[in-house]
Amino acid sequence: MATFKEFRNNVKPNWCPGCGDFSVQAAIQRAAANVGLTPENLAVISGIGCSGRISGYVNAYGFHGIHGRALPIAQGVKLANRDLTVIASGGDGDGFAIGMGHTVHAIRRNINMTYIVMDNQIYGLTKGQTSPRSAVGFKTKSTPEGSIESTLAPLEIALASGATFVAQSFSSDLKQLTALIEQGIQHEGFSLINVFSPCVTFNKINTYDWFKENIVNLNTVEGYDPSNRIQAMTKLMETNGMITGLIYQDSSRKSYENQIVGFRSEPLAQQNLKISEEAFEGLLKEFK
Amino acid sequence: MINQLSWKIGGQQGEGVESTDRIFSTALNRLGYYLYGYRHFSSRIKGGHTNNKIRISTAPIRAISDDLDILVAFDQESIDLNAHELRSGGVIVADAKFKPAVPEGLNVQLFAVPITAIAEELGTSLYKNMVASGASWALLGLPLEVFNKAVEEEYGRKGAIVVEKNIEAVRRGSQFVLEQAGGPLSAFQLEPADGVQKLFMIGNDAMALGALTAGCRIMSAYPITPASEIMEYLIKQLPKFGGTVVQTEDEIAAATMAIGSNYAGVRAMTASAGPGLSLMMEAIGLAGMTETPLVIVDTQRGGPSTGLPTKQEQSDLNAMVYGTHGEIPKIVIAPSSIEDCFYDMIEAFNLAEKYQCPVIVMTDLQLSLGKQSCAVLDYDRIVIDRGRLVRDVPELETHGQFKRYEFTENGISPRVLPGEKGGLHHVTGVEHDEVGRPSESAINRQRMMDKRLGKLKSLEIRKAVVADAPYEEPDVLIIGMGSTGGTIDQARIKLEQEGWKTNHLTIRQIHPFPTAQVKRYTERAKQIIVLENNATGQLADQLKLNVDCRSKLTSMTKYDGTPFLPQEVYSKSKELVLNGNLQRVPQ
Ligand SMILES: Cc1ncc(C[n+]2csc(CCOP(=O)(O)OP(=O)(O)O)c2C)c(N)n1
Ligand code: SF4
Ligand SMILES: [Mg+2]
Repeated sequence: MATFKEFRNNVKPNWCPGCGDFSVQAAIQRAAANVGLTPENLAVISGIGCSGRISGYVNAYGFHGIHGRALPIAQGVKLANRDLTVIASGGDGDGFAIGMGHTVHAIRRNINMTYIVMDNQIYGLTKGQTSPRSAVGFKTKSTPEGSIESTLAPLEIALASGATFVAQSFSSDLKQLTALIEQGIQHEGFSLINVFSPCVTFNKINTYDWFKENIVNLNTVEGYDPSNRIQAMTKLMETNGMITGLIYQDSSRKSYENQIVGFRSEPLAQQNLKISEEAFEGLLKEFK
Repeated sequence: MINQLSWKIGGQQGEGVESTDRIFSTALNRLGYYLYGYRHFSSRIKGGHTNNKIRISTAPIRAISDDLDILVAFDQESIDLNAHELRSGGVIVADAKFKPAVPEGLNVQLFAVPITAIAEELGTSLYKNMVASGASWALLGLPLEVFNKAVEEEYGRKGAIVVEKNIEAVRRGSQFVLEQAGGPLSAFQLEPADGVQKLFMIGNDAMALGALTAGCRIMSAYPITPASEIMEYLIKQLPKFGGTVVQTEDEIAAATMAIGSNYAGVRAMTASAGPGLSLMMEAIGLAGMTETPLVIVDTQRGGPSTGLPTKQEQSDLNAMVYGTHGEIPKIVIAPSSIEDCFYDMIEAFNLAEKYQCPVIVMTDLQLSLGKQSCAVLDYDRIVIDRGRLVRDVPELETHGQFKRYEFTENGISPRVLPGEKGGLHHVTGVEHDEVGRPSESAINRQRMMDKRLGKLKSLEIRKAVVADAPYEEPDVLIIGMGSTGGTIDQARIKLEQEGWKTNHLTIRQIHPFPTAQVKRYTERAKQIIVLENNATGQLADQLKLNVDCRSKLTSMTKYDGTPFLPQEVYSKSKELVLNGNLQRVPQ
């Protein structure tokens, strides 16, 4: 067992003061400690963006990959060593624009891992262009007349893609965010957690105050049942996705690794590589 | 008696050409003959002309033949398209149903066998292929029991009745043709084979088997011609060894997933062809920058874009050598035989871990899909070398990090796997310091670049080049790579017989270019021909760049989608040697 301090390192994040990503960093560190991980058994894989830097700010095994590809890298890690807890993370551009194809297919595949998206409705690192999460009419460097493309609804897409765990949170609510990450880690299968993580530098619309005013915590919604997929979809549509909490969980479906026929139950990374002469001779038979 | 023969079967795609070829050649393999196959197919599943050709020999062969002895035709189109290949005195076995006609001017013997009629008598036209192959087998005078055994294996899982009917079809076909011909054709009697057991497989099988025995346990890939068989083989076998194949959403995911698995300690690979390779470029750079082992197979086909997806080409060389932005250490090796396909995969995984960088194994369609005899593979040659992979490292102090990118003499740093307590470190495609933290320091940048790029200075692969070089000062040296070796062999012998001192060099290590080894052969050659299946002479460019031989080098290219034929290489080389010209050989 480790305390959350053991998941801290001595690297100073290069995020702007007030950036929402700080809370995500803290929440990952706390959740990891709360579920009883040790740094060497946690791998944080991230994409490229301001948010993508997060893998360097958690004391664990970190892999900072390429733009949009955190998910395939992370899935490769998990398949290689199923004893590791794997968290993939990145921005809304990373996961819902350039990496959208991987997001949908990672959801379908349902490998046991957690994906945390720091959704600031903008491209932070490249200094303020529109993102798939930007609202219609949103003015940015790349949309001086306001965005004319419709806003992507990632959680509805996730549900439609067969997600087994869908949650949303807000950087200001560290407690809820930490709890959801813990639940996500403990969920058997792929857990998607979208986090409203304001960019204080380039997004003057979707600010902390704006979110506080516009989001509804599902805790306050009477009778909300996260195991009801239709209700989850309806709620997302009704609120334009402005809800936080555990939106949907299906605990009945086995993870991908647990369904692959013949897949080793111990980490593949620890397997002896050389096959026996007998097995080799057996393989040659087919070609005789 | 003869010591070699070429047999071809042609028909509509989906008509049983494949299965006929499979049974015919399995039976020949059992008899101990050396075989070399060539598939002509197009990018559609049903319909369209297709043909398979097998060269049968009592000695090892590595190339298709210029001509043909026996053609089995299911339709007139197969005759019209292929009869010109028949040598004088050759034979056509065709279905009497379509009233086969021999094109004018050809001196060939036609056997019109009621193929469809016999099959239908037995219950269904599906038996056509067995009637036809039984007939052609009988003309060769080969033992029927061996053929029937192969039939049994092909159809065994469909039940005893199906097997029986197929064997009956074979019998009827052979009986009919033997009556017509008055017994097996004496001009087509093959000498007995050497009886040595051989394997019979395609290059993709050999590579997949090599990967499996090298300890590869995860393959992430996206289907594409002509690479898919690698994936299909591993889908079948990996579950028996605890591993798996993931069919990813695209090749970007395929390559990056393999990077993730390698990073976490499993030997993982992907395989594709040109279009997929293009999509993998950024990932290749990531593997180079993060010093993560990665094995990629590129089975080249006709490019660019979708190009000629089912045809032969060797035009991805530049993409493999130069591909990805920035500068990284990368190894490109090119197996040139079926045995190489197996051993090179083992070596590729070792090199990737030893030098901690991407390794691309390049084949071409003919090597990947041509089914051929392969010497029995040697278990004792399976050696696994994981390089500087360290375990049980000492614990770190507070905030300490493992020096995953430690500066060392040869540039190769110790590698630990996630899960190791004392091994915590960061990995990033951003320029980084020794513990993997982003760094923009100019001094660090330069040292890290030199470290990474310097790793390959000590590179040594098993056989960087293979030389068949009997002459100290040859009149001509023919250089090739990949599947062209067998064709050059034959041309070389012919030129030699005519008195030209001819050497043959196969380049197997494409990148980094094995300058010293190549120079030993180019220096004393009067003329050099570089032969390759592409339009711009990409291998020739590597020679011009790395070896001082520009003035005597001629590039011989072919990019019509078909492999070089021995006769063509011979005659073009001869023309060149005779004229002593240094012009590009016109196509
Ligand atoms: C292939 C590629 N294209 C473009 C970029 C440039 N780029 C870096 S981050 C980024 C977008 C960042 O936005 P987001 O993913 O939302 O992350 P944020 O910075 O907002 O956290 C872009 C376009 C890149 N690194 N790689
Ligand atoms: S630019 Fe925006 S997203 Fe990036 S660090 Fe600053 S506040 Fe955060
Ligand atoms: Mg963003």
